[in-house]
Amino acid sequence: MNLAMETKEFYFTYAGAEAPTLKGIDMPIYANKVTALIGPSGCGKSTLLRSWNRIHDVYPGNRYEGEILLYDKEGNEENILSYSKEDELIRLRQRVGMIFQKPTPFPMSIYDNIAYGLRLAGIKNRSELDGRVEKALKGAAIWNEVKDRLKQSAMGLSGGQQQRLCIARAVALKPELLLFDEPTSALDPISTGAIEELVTELKEEVTIAIVTHNMQQASRVSDYTAFMYLGDLIEFGKTEKIFVNPKEKLTEEYITGRFG
Amino acid sequence: MFNRLFRLSSYTAALLVLVILAGIFGVLYYYARDAIHDFGFWHFITTSTWEVGEDDEGGVFGGLIPILGTLFSTGIAMLFAVPIAMGIAVFLTEIATEKLKAPVGIAIELLAAIPSIIYGMWGLFYFGPMLQRLFGGQSNSLLTAGLVLGIMVIPFMAAISRDAINTTPAVLKESAYAMGATRFEVVKDVIFPYAKRGIIGSMVLSLGRALGETMAVAFVIGGVFRFPHSLTQPTISIPVLLANNFAEAGDLELSAMFYMALILFGISFITITIAKFFFLKDQK
Ligand SMILES: Nc1ncnc2c1ncn2[C@@H]1O[C@H](COP(=O)(O)OP(=O)(O)OP(=O)(O)O)[C@@H](O)[C@H]1O
Ligand SMILES: [Mg+2]
Repeated sequence: MNLAMETKEFYFTYAGAEAPTLKGIDMPIYANKVTALIGPSGCGKSTLLRSWNRIHDVYPGNRYEGEILLYDKEGNEENILSYSKEDELIRLRQRVGMIFQKPTPFPMSIYDNIAYGLRLAGIKNRSELDGRVEKALKGAAIWNEVKDRLKQSAMGLSGGQQQRLCIARAVALKPELLLFDEPTSALDPISTGAIEELVTELKEEVTIAIVTHNMQQASRVSDYTAFMYLGDLIEFGKTEKIFVNPKEKLTEEYITGRFG
Repeated sequence: MFNRLFRLSSYTAALLVLVILAGIFGVLYYYARDAIHDFGFWHFITTSTWEVGEDDEGGVFGGLIPILGTLFSTGIAMLFAVPIAMGIAVFLTEIATEKLKAPVGIAIELLAAIPSIIYGMWGLFYFGPMLQRLFGGQSNSLLTAGLVLGIMVIPFMAAISRDAINTTPAVLKESAYAMGATRFEVVKDVIFPYAKRGIIGSMVLSLGRALGETMAVAFVIGGVFRFPHSLTQPTISIPVLLANNFAEAGDLELSAMFYMALILFGISFITITIAKFFFLKDQK
């Protein structure tokens, strides 16, 4: 099985904090699989996910230690923690996309929301842009709903549609890895179902890591699950194994809802 | 009961504001009516003489020079202040570390609170002579007045723009970064469009302040009724004209000065209405 990313002996300390928030995380992310991150609130799921595209670097003073290896299709690895130049980080974020908890459409048209990242990546040709926008919207299962209103503001879409637009926006850049931070926690059950279905379809093309508080969601969409607690990775394994027969007592207690 | 009382008193207060506004306009118009009658509108604003007649009676009064002085000094001030204030606001919100944000932010707020006369004195004794050495001309000039005004409104504009920029949700910025945007692209494509109304509002309010500023400008514009053929020559602005000439003015000159005040009132009223327009649209 191919690796998409590998986190080794990873420590993360927020600016100004005395103790690290993540304390020695070791875990793989397998290519074309969905990996779920679960654990009680405040255990560090978002912190870990946000390290994988170094979005923490938007704010000054945060500290990373250890290694995070990103593999390309040929199996060549690069330690993303060694990046320091702005172009290296931009390249990283084009390879590793991110979807946030709340939909975050930009205050521009539906078309421009998708085309924005493509234009940043240097694609200027009108027909190529049109093609990539259409493909991304189809890929995120929202094309039929928006194809007649591409020029209208994205702010007029429903919450669920906005979130699929954000997924389309990320997919348009053809990332290798997509990071989802509780992407359905602000959505109704029907929109949630649509997103879950989308995640399952997307893994043909791209590797996915998803943070979720919803145990059913983790078991429905993921192939692998990582359980975190107080900044430590307690257990990582195949999702069936984690849910049916966890090795650690803590994992079992969390999954059966005894705390969290 | 309490509710009704509260509503009644707030309606009265709101009405009072309107009454005061109409009252000011009425008084200005009343005292200006002789000048309006004698000079008309177009003639008044296109005439550049300001001469008292024989024996302090009558005379020819035209508003062109102070109107130009006001518009040009304010224009220079805005051209100078806007880019610098935007730079400061972006620095304070997007670039400075947490440790730097608080002290620099407080310093900006303190600068915004300095009485304008202090900017005027600084311009008269230090900044004006410095500009004269750099650009020639006179130390008290349209340029000095414009730049002192600009420096005076920078902190005010920067502080309000910073607050507007701070309302941009962090996740929205992060989403742009997560798509491979640079810091500059995030500022240009996400932050400015999002905070646009507040930023434009800060500019229009600063414009209003600059238009009516008297003390700071009185020190450095020269206060002479002369058409400035270059930026480094002295001239006069509407508020400075009013402050300088009120004491010894004859009847018609006084009326012409009220006419000037009415025109300044009009210019300010228009800019504030524009500001209001942006703020109201923001609240929907
Ligand atoms: N910007 C920050 N500066 C300092 N500490 C932070 C910051 N963001 C988060 N933390 C701390 O780091 C720890 C982990 O937070 P994180 O957001 O990663 O948790 P989480 O597992 O995603 O929780 P949730 O399920 O509530 O989203 C928490 O104790 C939190 O207080
Ligand atoms: Mg979180």
